[in-house]
Amino acid sequence: MRSPGPRKIRWACKPAVHALLLLPFASLLTGFFTNSLGVNPVESITHTSGDWALRILLMTLAITPLARLTRSGWMIQFRRLVGLYCFFYVLLHFLTYLLFDLSFDFGDLLEDIIERPYITVGFAGFAILFALAATSTVAIRQRMGRAWTRLHQAVYAAGILGVVHFLWITRVDDTEPFIYGFVLVILLGYRAAKKLQKKRGRTPGRMFHSQKIRTP
Amino acid sequence: MVHIKTTRNSEISENQVTDEKVYRQRRNFIRTGVATSVGISLASYFPVLAHAAVSNLAERISGARNTRSLDEADELNSLEDITRYNNFYELGTGKEDPHEKAGALVTDPWSVTIEGECEKPGTYALEDFLKPVGLEERIYRLRCVEAWSMVIPWVGFPLADLIKQYQPTSAARYVAFETVYDARNPLPGQYSPVLKWPYREGLRMDEAMHPLTFMAVGLYGKTLPNQNGAPLRLVVPWKYGFKSIKSIVKIEFTEYEPPTSWNMANAREYGFYSNVNPEVAHRRWSQKKERRVGELFKRDTLMFNGYEEVAHLYADMDLRKNY
Repeated sequence: MRSPGPRKIRWACKPAVHALLLLPFASLLTGFFTNSLGVNPVESITHTSGDWALRILLMTLAITPLARLTRSGWMIQFRRLVGLYCFFYVLLHFLTYLLFDLSFDFGDLLEDIIERPYITVGFAGFAILFALAATSTVAIRQRMGRAWTRLHQAVYAAGILGVVHFLWITRVDDTEPFIYGFVLVILLGYRAAKKLQKKRGRTPGRMFHSQKIRTP
Repeated sequence: MVHIKTTRNSEISENQVTDEKVYRQRRNFIRTGVATSVGISLASYFPVLAHAAVSNLAERISGARNTRSLDEADELNSLEDITRYNNFYELGTGKEDPHEKAGALVTDPWSVTIEGECEKPGTYALEDFLKPVGLEERIYRLRCVEAWSMVIPWVGFPLADLIKQYQPTSAARYVAFETVYDARNPLPGQYSPVLKWPYREGLRMDEAMHPLTFMAVGLYGKTLPNQNGAPLRLVVPWKYGFKSIKSIVKIEFTEYEPPTSWNMANAREYGFYSNVNPEVAHRRWSQKKERRVGELFKRDTLMFNGYEEVAHLYADMDLRKNY
């Protein structure tokens, strides 16, 4: 049997991807209105939106390697969608802070950005993701050409900034930010290895093969 | 299948919780009921009488008269807020862990060891320890270093009353406190080395003797729930919450500034004094504002958490250096 084409997969999977990635938001929303987000609901929203922003960012970065390793090219078509959900949660995270922590006081925002390093890096990550989301349409991508690819590589920088932001604000138990950091290092490592191979003009299979032959 | 409802030690069934309105009315009644208050204050002046009149601690707690009522800008936090959102790392680092793991803390029997520079060192059973002091209720704001706050009706006694009992010598310049810790049988959170156990705190003698400094044994007219530091905890309302050490087993009078847990963990971020001060930021975040638990937006943090009467204790000190 022929495997279904990417269009068919897209048609079948897209609603599922939307539903899955909206799940944390839906549970926050119902929690907020049923008053079941715990004693400090604003803190719950801030933490949950931040956690999911990072998790989804790592998912976005994992799509390409996963598609390559499993030879499932159809996965790539969901990369932008997943990436935009990452921005959605980052935006929720930022707006929660701007509204409930700062009451929209932009002077305080500026002070935080300048004086609190965890806010500085967090805000830098937000700014990067904002730029990526704003240039995510097909039309802009085509118009930007190569510059688009270079710009969108900044997603790795956003990932690093996100992990640092999380680590910096953690008071005691830093297991979770370290797990995200570890996953990010693996994903970055994979990318770096790929780049190295490209320079040498070899595929990974051949590289390992030739190394084996050289071993005495 | 028969549905059996199991109740944890920490859980309080609906009918046990005093409705806050009723609770406040009762406070008023007690405050205005002259006969009652005279009886209780008399009893507190005569320890033997106190023991005879109100033999058990729970009764003494429920009969405690209010000596510091709600300030105008404040509203009491609910018992649920106060008992389900705690920093008590001995029972876990999550805010709800202390509520969930409260049963792991065994408070009966309990004894407190008094040592160091004083005339009457020794180990005392909690009942004996509490006999000589009169209980009262005080409503205080509590400001956590993490920039949230609550308003809590504690029941307890001024620390000064207790200190006088044990007659510290002239060498006693500080008071050090320790939380329960049994290395062979640690509490759930004490398996993890997030802090160096036992938890330690300390005050300068003049801070300890200040009339605002309080030792709590009750909350909302009932015995202190485990997650709030049962059976005996410190409450220093003008300092960040972590100074108000919970589940105390040892009090020591010392000549030199005692080591304190958060300062040991990170001296740059947590000083010995840790007075609430909106002008001195934490190394990583601002202390200008706080979220009162139950409110969505933040409010301004007040100098000394609004307890300006302690300012003279620090008159000659640079509070930026002595944070």
